[in-house]
Amino acid sequence: MNGAAEGAEQRLVTPGEVIGTSLDKRAGIGVLSQGEGMIATRLGWVRENNDTISIDPINSRYTPRSGDLVIGIIEAVRNNLWFADVLGPFNGLLPMSLAPWKVEFGAARQFMDVGDVILARVQEVDESHSVVLTMKGVGLRKLKEGVMSSVPMNLVSKLKGENDENLRALSAASDCRVIVGENGRIWADGNSKGVDLVRKVINLVTKEGHKNTFQQSLSDMIGNTPGGDE
Amino acid sequence: MMGGYGDVKLLNDDGTRLDGRAIDEMRPVTAEVGVLPAADGSAMVTHGLNVAVAAVYGPVEAHPRKIQRQDRAVVDVRYNMAPFSTSDRIRPGYNRRSREISKVTAEALESVVLVERFPRAKISVEIEILAAEAGTRCVGITAASLALADAGIPMRDMIVGVASGKVEDIVVLDLDKAEDNYGQADLPVGILPTTGEIAFLQMDGDLSPEEYDTCMEYNFKAAKEIHEIMVDALKAKYDGGA
Repeated sequence: MNGAAEGAEQRLVTPGEVIGTSLDKRAGIGVLSQGEGMIATRLGWVRENNDTISIDPINSRYTPRSGDLVIGIIEAVRNNLWFADVLGPFNGLLPMSLAPWKVEFGAARQFMDVGDVILARVQEVDESHSVVLTMKGVGLRKLKEGVMSSVPMNLVSKLKGENDENLRALSAASDCRVIVGENGRIWADGNSKGVDLVRKVINLVTKEGHKNTFQQSLSDMIGNTPGGDE
Repeated sequence: MMGGYGDVKLLNDDGTRLDGRAIDEMRPVTAEVGVLPAADGSAMVTHGLNVAVAAVYGPVEAHPRKIQRQDRAVVDVRYNMAPFSTSDRIRPGYNRRSREISKVTAEALESVVLVERFPRAKISVEIEILAAEAGTRCVGITAASLALADAGIPMRDMIVGVASGKVEDIVVLDLDKAEDNYGQADLPVGILPTTGEIAFLQMDGDLSPEEYDTCMEYNFKAAKEIHEIMVDALKAKYDGGA
């Protein structure tokens, strides 16, 4: 996911920095082409994919995209819809028609109330950034037990690893069900020992996720834990 | 700002200034980002004896609703001087001067932040001046753009705040307190270091066209130096990364 193996060769750029010409390359995320030049608009690492230059930001707020799996917290309930905080600039809107239950008008609160945690998918995002969520889909549900934590949203891909490899390894080693939302929220459910390992890994990602030694540290941590055999 | 010209001596006989600087020499500048854990982005900049801390929150949904713009984000800047920042304690809270500086800073920042990416949202920028020694609006804007970069907010360029002025009919770079109080002119500008555009410009006192040109020449030179310090500060935080 992350431009993969080049690792140490990545270049850190600051907003306004000229990172190339727009003649032979296309501007991707975090890059603006201005005249013949291309400038970075964010603090982050330059990534080149085929002929597109983009920037992996170091620090950023979650921007919902349709199809994202997110973990939200219900913030408000109306007669026929819920508002959920998904860590984006705006609350996500979950209409009763997209909830997994058959809800009568006015009965929304009986199914979910403020503070409940949900696993949902982003159904659509319109041009003014309004976010509609859906809970219709395999595995989408209200999360009732387990612990919730979060990592900076830009480190989600590091935590998951290539093709979710790290995530699978972590699930196996901790014997927990672990769900990572694209918005940086993490939910884990299992015995206390397993949850403890998940916590440790989350701390590691938060502290060292941006370093190129991260993958090694992660393997050490997961591998060295008793019960970590497949 | 402009005191009387009087007979205050601001230049030494050998052409240096009261604090020993050359006329085109800037006060020392330091910068650090990520100083406030609660903010989405933050920075502290010292410039001479000035100390400014800036915090950025957002983008979040703009409240109250009437300030929302359907096509872009609003940048909400609050510039404030701490009561203990000057030799005479200043009354805490908003005043005419801080309102003005907040407004010009907000307009300057809106010109570089890609506000059209976040319709209906608000980006809050809080600038707190902890110690003041002339030129705080410039230090504030430098700190604010560093904090915006640290918060990961997309922007065309950072803004460097820098000032030149005139004392005893000679153009000097980066006025200190005495020069600001008893000098003849002050020209603070916000410069986009990559493109050389000007995001804000104010002038206090009188300058001839030639003096103005010299001021701007000094300002651009200083902006380049400060920009390097800003870039180093941003990179230092994530050293050893990738």
